[in-house]
Amino acid sequence: MISLCLILVPLAGALLAAAWREDRTRPLWLPIFGVIHAGLAAALFLNPPAVAAESWFGFDPLARAVLPAVSLLFLVCSAYAVPYLRLRAERPNRVFVALLLTVLGLLSAGHQARHLGLLWVATEAVTLAAVPLLHFNGTPRAFEATWKYLLVGGTGIALSLLGSFCLGYASLHGGGRGDLTFAALTAQGAGLSRPWVLTAWVLLLVGYGTKMGLAPMHTWKPDAYGQAPGIVGALLAGGVTTVAFTAILRVRSVVGAAGEGPVADRTLLLLGLFSMGVAALFLLGTRDFKRMLAYSSVEHMGILGLGAALGGPGVAAALFHVWSNGLTKGALFLSAGNLHRAAGEPTMDAARGMARLTPRSAAIFVAGMFAITALPPFAPFFSELQVVRAGLAAGHGLAVAAFLGCLLLAFLGLTRVVFGVVDGRPRPANVHHARRFRETAAVIAPPLVLLGLSLALGLFTPAILRESWLAAVRQLFPTP
Amino acid sequence: MNEGTLNLLVGLAMGLNLLALGSSRLPALIRTVAAQGVVLGVMPLLIEHETLDWRVAAVAMATIAGKGVVIPWLLRRAMRAANIEREIEPFVGYVPSLLLGAGGTIAAVGLARALPLLPEHSGSLLVPGAMASVLTGFLLLIGRVKAISQVCGYLILENGIYLFGLLLIHSTPLLVESGILLDVTVGVFVIGIIVDRIQRAFDSLDTRKLTTLRE
Repeated sequence: MISLCLILVPLAGALLAAAWREDRTRPLWLPIFGVIHAGLAAALFLNPPAVAAESWFGFDPLARAVLPAVSLLFLVCSAYAVPYLRLRAERPNRVFVALLLTVLGLLSAGHQARHLGLLWVATEAVTLAAVPLLHFNGTPRAFEATWKYLLVGGTGIALSLLGSFCLGYASLHGGGRGDLTFAALTAQGAGLSRPWVLTAWVLLLVGYGTKMGLAPMHTWKPDAYGQAPGIVGALLAGGVTTVAFTAILRVRSVVGAAGEGPVADRTLLLLGLFSMGVAALFLLGTRDFKRMLAYSSVEHMGILGLGAALGGPGVAAALFHVWSNGLTKGALFLSAGNLHRAAGEPTMDAARGMARLTPRSAAIFVAGMFAITALPPFAPFFSELQVVRAGLAAGHGLAVAAFLGCLLLAFLGLTRVVFGVVDGRPRPANVHHARRFRETAAVIAPPLVLLGLSLALGLFTPAILRESWLAAVRQLFPTP
Repeated sequence: MNEGTLNLLVGLAMGLNLLALGSSRLPALIRTVAAQGVVLGVMPLLIEHETLDWRVAAVAMATIAGKGVVIPWLLRRAMRAANIEREIEPFVGYVPSLLLGAGGTIAAVGLARALPLLPEHSGSLLVPGAMASVLTGFLLLIGRVKAISQVCGYLILENGIYLFGLLLIHSTPLLVESGILLDVTVGVFVIGIIVDRIQRAFDSLDTRKLTTLRE
C-alpha cells in the first residue's frame, strides 16, 4: 500500500501545486512533498514489503536498490528549487512545479513497474512530462533542444514499445499467454521463442538506451542538459536515466532466463564501452560546461552498461554506481547552475575566473569534478573500482583496459573545461552579471549536501545499502 | 474468419505509406496519415472473436477518433498557423524515398517470412505491414526537413507499432492498451505545442534552422 503512495502522493502534490494560486509560495510544495516521498521511501527501504510475484507494481528488491537514491536526489533538488525559482520570479512557475512533482510520481511508478507495458507507459509519460521543464527558459535555443529531445526520445521510446510487443509475441509463440509481467516472462524462460527474444532485446536496448543516453543514441542529451535549468539536468541525469537502466536490467533478466544471456551481455559491453569512448572524445572538444556535464553523463551511462554486462558482481557495482553517479552529478549540476547564473553564459569563452566571483560554487564545482572523475574517498571511485574488479574477475581484461583509458581521457576533458571556467581573471561581462547573483546559503547548501553524501557513501557505505544491491542481484539472477 | 478483409486493410495501409512518401504537399500528407489512422482503427473489429467485445470496440473508437480526427486537426492547425503548404527541398527526394519505401516493403515481406510466426498468423500481412510502416516512418523522419512532415513520419512509425500490437490484442490487458493510446495522443499534443513554439521563436518550421546547438 505504501508503495502505491510513493506514486500517488507526488501526483496529488502536482494537482495541488497546479491549483495553487500564488507563484511566490508555490515552490514550497516541492520540498514538502520531497520530504514526504523521501520518508515513505526510507520506510519502505528499511521494512521492505513482500511483493506478490504476479503483481504489476511493487517495491521489489530492484526498486529498493535504486528508488531511494532518486528520492534523496529529488529532496535535495527540491530544496534548491525554492531559491532558484525566487531568482527566476519573472517566469510563471505553475507548470514547472506541478510537472516536477509529476515526474517524481512517474519515476516512482517506472521503478516499481513489474509489467513491461506499464513500464513503457510510465517511461513515456516521464519523457512527456519533462518537456516543459526543458524549455522553462523559453529561448529559441531551448525550443531547439526540446524538439531534438522529443524527436529522438520519442522515436527511441516508440522502438521500446515495439520491443515490448516482440517480447509478448515471444511468449505467445512459445505457448505462453502473452502475459507481460516480468515474473511470468522469466518463469516461461527457455519456453520463449528465441528469435523473437533477440529481436525484442535489440529493440528494447535501443529504445531504453536512447532514454538512458547510451551512444550513439545520446544526441539529445547535450542539447537538453545544456539548455535546461540545472535542477532539471540533475533530475534527468540521476532519475530518468535510472528508470531506463532498471528497465534494461529487468529485460536483461528475462533474456537471460530465455538462455540468451551471453548475447545480451556482449551487446551491453560493446554499447557501454562505445558510449564511454564517444563521451571521452566529445569531452575533449566541448567548451560549454553544461554540455560537458551531459557528455560526462553519457560516459557514466556507459559505465552502468559495462557493469550490467559483467554478471552478478558487475550488476551490484552498477547499482552502487547509480547512487554515486546520481548524487555526485546532482552536486555538479546544481553548482553549475549557480555558475551559469553568475556568469551569464555557460561556455569557457564567455565565463572565466569564476573562483573570484563565486568562490563557494566554484569550489563545489571543482570538488564535484574530482569526485566524478573517481578521486579516492568519493563514492564514484569505489563503485568504479568494483566495476573494474568485476571485469577482471569475469576475464574481460581488454574491456577493463579500454574502460580505464576512457576514464583518463574524460578526466583530461573535464579538467580542461572546469579550470578554464574557474581560473583566470573574470571578464567584465561576468563581473557585471555576478553582481546580481548572491551566493546565499540556500543555493550553496544543496550542492554541498549532495557532495557530502557522495563522500559519506564512499567512506562508509552502509551495510544495509550493500545488502539491498545484492538482493536486487539475487532477484535478477535467480539461482535455479 | 475475416482474415481476407484484414489483409486487404493492411495492404491499404501499406499503400498509404507509399502515398505519404510520395506526396510533397503537406495537406495531402496529413490526409494520408489521417486515412491510415482510420484504417488502423477499424482493424481491431475484424480480428476474429465470437462476440464483439466492448473493450475492443472502445479501443477501435478511440483510435479512430485520435488518429483519424484529433491529431490531423492539430496538425492542420499548426500548418495553417505556420502558413506553409509544401515541403521544399527535402533531404531525400521524393523518387528516391518512394523507391526506398517500395524496396523496404518488399524486404519487410521477406523478413517476416524468416521470423517464426504462430500458425494463425502465418497468412497475415500484419508483421510485414508493421515493419514497412516503421521503415516509412523512419524515412520521413530522416528525409524531410519541415517539422510537420517529421511529425507525420513519427505517426506512421507509431502506426507500424500499433499494427504489430494487434497480434497481441487479446493478451494485453485493456489498462495497458488505453495507457499506450493516451500516451501517444498526449505525445502528439505536446509535439504540437512545441511545433507552435518553434514557429514563433524561429518564424519558420524548417528544422534546418535548428542548428545552433552543436559541438
